[in-house]
Amino acid sequence: MLRDELGPYFGEFGGRFVPESLIAALDELDAAYNAAKIDPVFQAELAELHASYTGRPSIITEVPRFAAHAGGARIILKREDLNHTGSHKINNVLGQALLARRLGKTRLIAETGAGQHGVATATAAALFGMSCVVYMGEVDTERQALNVARMRLLGAEVIPVTAGSRTLKDAINEALRDWVANVEDTHYLLGTVAGPHPFPVMVRDFHKVIGDEAREQVIKLTGALPTAVAACVGGGSNAMGIFHAFLDDPDVALYGYEAAGEGHLTERHAATLTRGRPGVLHGARSYMLQDEDGQTVESHSISAGLDYPGVGPEHSWLKDIGRANYLPITDAEAMEALRLLSRTEGIIPAIESAHALAGALKLGKELGPDSVILVNLSGRGDKDMETAAEYFDLIDAADAAAAASTATPVAEEK
Amino acid sequence: MSTVENTIAQANRDRSGALIGYLPVGFPTIADSIEAAVALAENGVDVIELGLPYSDPVMDGPAIQKATQQALANGFRLQDGFDAVAEITSRVSTPVMLMSYWNPIMQFGVDRFADQLTAAGGAGIITPDLVSDEAAEWIAASERTGLDRVFLAAPSSSDARLVRAVEASTGFVYAVSTMGITGARSDVDSAAKTLVARLRTAGSTSACVGLGISTAEQVHEVLTYADGAIVGSVFVSALATGGVSAVAQTAASLSTGTLA
Repeated sequence: MLRDELGPYFGEFGGRFVPESLIAALDELDAAYNAAKIDPVFQAELAELHASYTGRPSIITEVPRFAAHAGGARIILKREDLNHTGSHKINNVLGQALLARRLGKTRLIAETGAGQHGVATATAAALFGMSCVVYMGEVDTERQALNVARMRLLGAEVIPVTAGSRTLKDAINEALRDWVANVEDTHYLLGTVAGPHPFPVMVRDFHKVIGDEAREQVIKLTGALPTAVAACVGGGSNAMGIFHAFLDDPDVALYGYEAAGEGHLTERHAATLTRGRPGVLHGARSYMLQDEDGQTVESHSISAGLDYPGVGPEHSWLKDIGRANYLPITDAEAMEALRLLSRTEGIIPAIESAHALAGALKLGKELGPDSVILVNLSGRGDKDMETAAEYFDLIDAADAAAAASTATPVAEEK
Repeated sequence: MSTVENTIAQANRDRSGALIGYLPVGFPTIADSIEAAVALAENGVDVIELGLPYSDPVMDGPAIQKATQQALANGFRLQDGFDAVAEITSRVSTPVMLMSYWNPIMQFGVDRFADQLTAAGGAGIITPDLVSDEAAEWIAASERTGLDRVFLAAPSSSDARLVRAVEASTGFVYAVSTMGITGARSDVDSAAKTLVARLRTAGSTSACVGLGISTAEQVHEVLTYADGAIVGSVFVSALATGGVSAVAQTAASLSTGTLA
């Protein structure tokens, strides 16, 4: 069964390519996770947080006015955007924070791209009374300023990372350096299904509730399994979360949509599985964007959360065995889908999730009107309003100037 | 016994131990990095550790990150690393090892990398993000070519893992002095002494301590219990601020720490 994979390897992908200093911490985490997985007390704690804090189960919403643009296919959204903190990221964060507490750790550190995972981690730290440091590429702190403010309001320290490409990959490097030095009291709350074992398996497991719920909900609504499941893929956590329940349903096609930025055939994209090749990045063997010498190539996407030159090892495996399909979606296609869902259904998606929506629009035309496509709406678009406003030219120049002048002192005060 | 292991053993017979000096290839330029490495050899450094610049150096602190990032921005290619080893080994007899993160080696091809390094006269590779558990291909290539393979041991490593690191390593075992990354520190952690004692119990006869060592006094202190002291960031900083002559001066000063 494809669902039974437990790592550390998925086929030839995964493993642990980290400094020796971290091995003991990874072993400790692995043991704690394996114990928690079968501990009814832990499972009850997590279920209670899902029910009374996050708002699980998240609902599904059928979107016929949007689907009218997708060849008439039925499109059903899994509403992870309605979770507390605004995205699926909280599922994994609560699980890992509970584990960290069991391990006696008092400090959480995290990397973040769009800021969604950082916000979720800062939230859990506040809830559990832990201290919290979030590493965020300087470029991302600029394009996701609102989330920086949210993290600070929640009591977290946000450290802009100025090394390398100043985006998500460099934030992960910095978090790893912090962890090496402070592993005794610190848990590195990695936010995606990448990194060294046990992170890819553990993070997937904390997110598989998405697919478990959605599979039942879709069957209840339509009387059958969906024709296809679609999700955006950066590191790949929301996609693994919704794919996992369907891995052993051979009639359900799985589609992961990567960020193609300005086009996957240009130099400016983040289409790791489409354009990359296997290598080692951030502790695991997986597909990655790299040059001939194995130097990581900088990725580009309008979506900070997908702007990552690596991908989780389980996705690399699913690609190579042909179980899942991974296709590129450009910035322009994603932004059109974002606007379309907003105008036809009154739901503003995160730009990340808009890549999955854009994919579903294409896929529906291929699969035809009898098909049912389940899309993981992994996050909401509140955090992206500035990017969207600029992209679609939604703010009058005078208003923008006024907003900028009032916003400046706030931004400087920290 | 490999050349590196021999050199370290000889330094322990003649003096209180070996001084191992790190510099990245290509900083500030390829030519200057070669001159600086030669200066290390000519000023009391027993083994040269040449770092290959890498885009995601998670074990390195700000000084080395900045230098290697500049080298990459200047267009560093892996072939430059082999060329540098060849030139340095043609000028001095000091053994030259490479320090490289795993992905560049994997992409170059492990066997091809080992062959090129051997042809260039290199002595081995230190792999900061490759633990012996994942190293089957490299262990086979190093057995075939006779290159040394140096794995890391950390204060957090279990006894069983220390045994594994000692058994898998040749030349020496790299004892990480502290839980952290590269960079000068005012104190070398007392954890280093405990770790080396544990490595002795695990069977090590060649244990070198690195991370945070920046003065002759620290070198001297480390060599009271270890076989070698590894110094990096302070050479990089010297090269950045005072050029090759500053590297020579720093090496000469640090090497006084190896005198009994």
